[in-house]
Amino acid sequence: MAFETRRLILAGGAAIALALAAPFAAAPADAQGKVFRWANDGDVNSMDPYSRNETFLLAFLQNIYEPLVRRSKDLKLEPGLAEKWGQTAPTTWFFDLRKDVKFHDGTSFNADDVVFSLNRANGKGSNMLTYFATVKAIRKVNDHRVEVDTNVPDPLLASKWAQIFIMSKVWAEKNKAETVGDLTKNEENFATRHAMGTGPFKLKSREPDVKTVLEANKDWWDKKVEHNLSEVVFSRIANAGTRIAALRSGEIDMVYTVPPQDTDTLAKDPNTKIVQGPETRVVYLGFDQHRDELLYSNIKGKNPFKDKRVREAIYRSIDVEAIKKTVMRGQSFPTSLMVAPGINGYTKDIDKRPALLKPDDAKKMLAAAGYPNGFEVTLDCPTDRYVNDEKICQAVVGMLARIGVKVNLRAQTRLKYFAQILLPKADMSFFMLGWSPAATYDVHDVFINLIQTYNPETKKGQFNPGRYSNAKFDDLADKVQVETDTAKRNTMIGEATKIYTGEYSYIPLHQQAVIWATRKNVDLVQTADNSFQIRWVKIK
Amino acid sequence: MVAFLLRRLFQAVIVMLTVALVAFVLFNYVGDPINAMVGQDTSIQDREKLRQDLGLNDPIPVRFARFVANAAQGNFGLSFRTAEPVGRMILERLPATLELSIVAALFALLVGVPMGVYSGLHPKSVGSRLLQAVSLIGISLPTFLIGILLILIFAVGMGLLPSFGRGDVVNLGGWTTGFFTASGLKALIMPAVTLGLFQLTLIMRIVRSEMLEVLRTDYIKFARARGLKARAINFGHALKNTLVPVITITGLQLGQLIAFAIITETVFSWPGVGQLFVTSVSAADMPVMSAYLALIGFLFVSINLLVDLLYFAIDPRLRTAQAAAKAS
Repeated sequence: MAFETRRLILAGGAAIALALAAPFAAAPADAQGKVFRWANDGDVNSMDPYSRNETFLLAFLQNIYEPLVRRSKDLKLEPGLAEKWGQTAPTTWFFDLRKDVKFHDGTSFNADDVVFSLNRANGKGSNMLTYFATVKAIRKVNDHRVEVDTNVPDPLLASKWAQIFIMSKVWAEKNKAETVGDLTKNEENFATRHAMGTGPFKLKSREPDVKTVLEANKDWWDKKVEHNLSEVVFSRIANAGTRIAALRSGEIDMVYTVPPQDTDTLAKDPNTKIVQGPETRVVYLGFDQHRDELLYSNIKGKNPFKDKRVREAIYRSIDVEAIKKTVMRGQSFPTSLMVAPGINGYTKDIDKRPALLKPDDAKKMLAAAGYPNGFEVTLDCPTDRYVNDEKICQAVVGMLARIGVKVNLRAQTRLKYFAQILLPKADMSFFMLGWSPAATYDVHDVFINLIQTYNPETKKGQFNPGRYSNAKFDDLADKVQVETDTAKRNTMIGEATKIYTGEYSYIPLHQQAVIWATRKNVDLVQTADNSFQIRWVKIK
Repeated sequence: MVAFLLRRLFQAVIVMLTVALVAFVLFNYVGDPINAMVGQDTSIQDREKLRQDLGLNDPIPVRFARFVANAAQGNFGLSFRTAEPVGRMILERLPATLELSIVAALFALLVGVPMGVYSGLHPKSVGSRLLQAVSLIGISLPTFLIGILLILIFAVGMGLLPSFGRGDVVNLGGWTTGFFTASGLKALIMPAVTLGLFQLTLIMRIVRSEMLEVLRTDYIKFARARGLKARAINFGHALKNTLVPVITITGLQLGQLIAFAIITETVFSWPGVGQLFVTSVSAADMPVMSAYLALIGFLFVSINLLVDLLYFAIDPRLRTAQAAAKAS
């Protein structure tokens, strides 16, 4: 009886719901432009552009603040606050500034703001120090020219500084925000919640973790305005189900983080669409190639991963296309390089994975290396960092079982994972990581961080926990760092790439897809660095 | 009475210290906050320096003592995630959680008690069976599922209610409230129903069984025999005598509502302290986590205290017992 009644109520409720179902009203627009509402699973953690070096924060703040040199839709450099830039000598850069730029409070922009901002980003509490590693001195030449001296020739300086945004000096000094907020003191920094830049949008209001409202900057220097918005409302909706529901009901126009399982539904819904493409991040597997005995293996007294044949057998037994089809639901872009298209130094003609081995051939290769019965090893994996990270590892476990390598999976949350995997601990034998050369958009960032020999003094190979080491490669990478002749540089990049791929130093798997979802009437531009620029949004 | 209050206050401090200590020990298993704070290419040296500066290399007892000493002065530090003062972060979000919990509790009481009375008075009727069936749904379906179902029906399907957020709020001297705007009230409906549903069914079932119990007692029979009106008997005598357990449960559940609003807040993106806590856990934002847990400890203790005081007001027997104890 009770069950029947319950079913009846449920059925009744559903019937009422269906009967009353009606489309949600479209977002209202004012006379000058449209209101664009969008959401992400996490908030912009701060309004201070040097407080965190993370993609989402930098992308968001680039609506309010601007760099000297900015990136175009295809990630090429183009004039931002600097009209012209270049090198007057191998160790000297110049930036000629725009003259007609005003901050959101109406004050003029000049070289003082640039020198102040660069020093602030290179100062105490800043998380952007990486971008200043080569900088010796920053000086104002006149109101519209700034010069920078570097310790060594740095061909990538302008490229790096596309991530460094310029803030008003007068404003920062007036509000005692001359340095980035210091976590160890108990005082809040004004720039954490407020912003004063020159960008296409002004910060109108900010409720952390709830809502951040921007309004269009009508006095923006760039007269080629491509958006048609008057206001932008960014909400934080942590729960994936709710975020997708809010998009489908029309309460928001765009979702930045879309769970892979919802892409089909959203693509089929007549009111929404999916925008996707490859991300610049490459997800890969790595080996401990340093220790004389693996920490987590049944092989004692030697390290099988030091043998190139073992690495090759494993590399060529992992079917990335199968991972793409089954685990990633088609939303991955298999690769054989540690850099992705869109990054300077990616070479399409050598991005070819060697053919898969038949299990018997792989077994023979292992036998030749001295492991006729295979071996056992632990694979470390994060569970919440990359798209389907744990499932990819599970697939790898299955694939390697076929060649007699018994892989034990140890999966854990990223906050514990990275502390364990990364140097100096490097407490692992076989691991998964992902990397996007977000600092420079150049292959050298991958070389120096992931592949060069680990050296704490020179800060090279800091993210090479497997400690792959090749003297010839190191030499080439050092030359690539300072070579300013593009043709020569590209030849060396090609050579270096052949070394690390030929040695099976890492197993690149794929680039995951950047997936955004919007209402049908929204036009936007998706760049491969997953950096969402509102200045390219148009609502029909 | 004063001695009683003081004793309770002392207990409260002990409870909060214990909660904070347990929290501190647990933090070691949450993971490394540094990794959530810096960019991927921050050097090993810079990471280590930050860890040192934040005092994360110190042993737990030292960190705990520092936390207690600072907290005693009302200083909870800056959030690792946002670099904002933790005290203010929590205070800013507290109104949202309190409004939601109180509305949910009121919903549970105002709907649950009449439902309970009705099904207690007419245990065999079709209506009661219907209510019982509904309450079964409330008890057996998990909160997040109810929340998502409501969103699918009322936000996606009908477009009547907002699926997330608090709507427009009015700021009254630091207290943000959604009570005075249409969008604020609309936004409150689904989260409050979701959060209150479990309590509603609980209250309804307790009132029902208590009513059934009380209605069998002699004094009700005598009241009937004296010819009192059914209304006076049911509400003046029967219901009043069922209230002690109801108040206990409601009080304890109010603490639960606030503490476990976490799930509802996450589902509806309700900007309260629960959501703040979840976000902080995923970033291993220790200053926020410890302050939040201490606050929840404080809330539970004070609600229990209030409930104890309410007993005195409702049950005359307790008052006489205390008076007798004093006299002897």
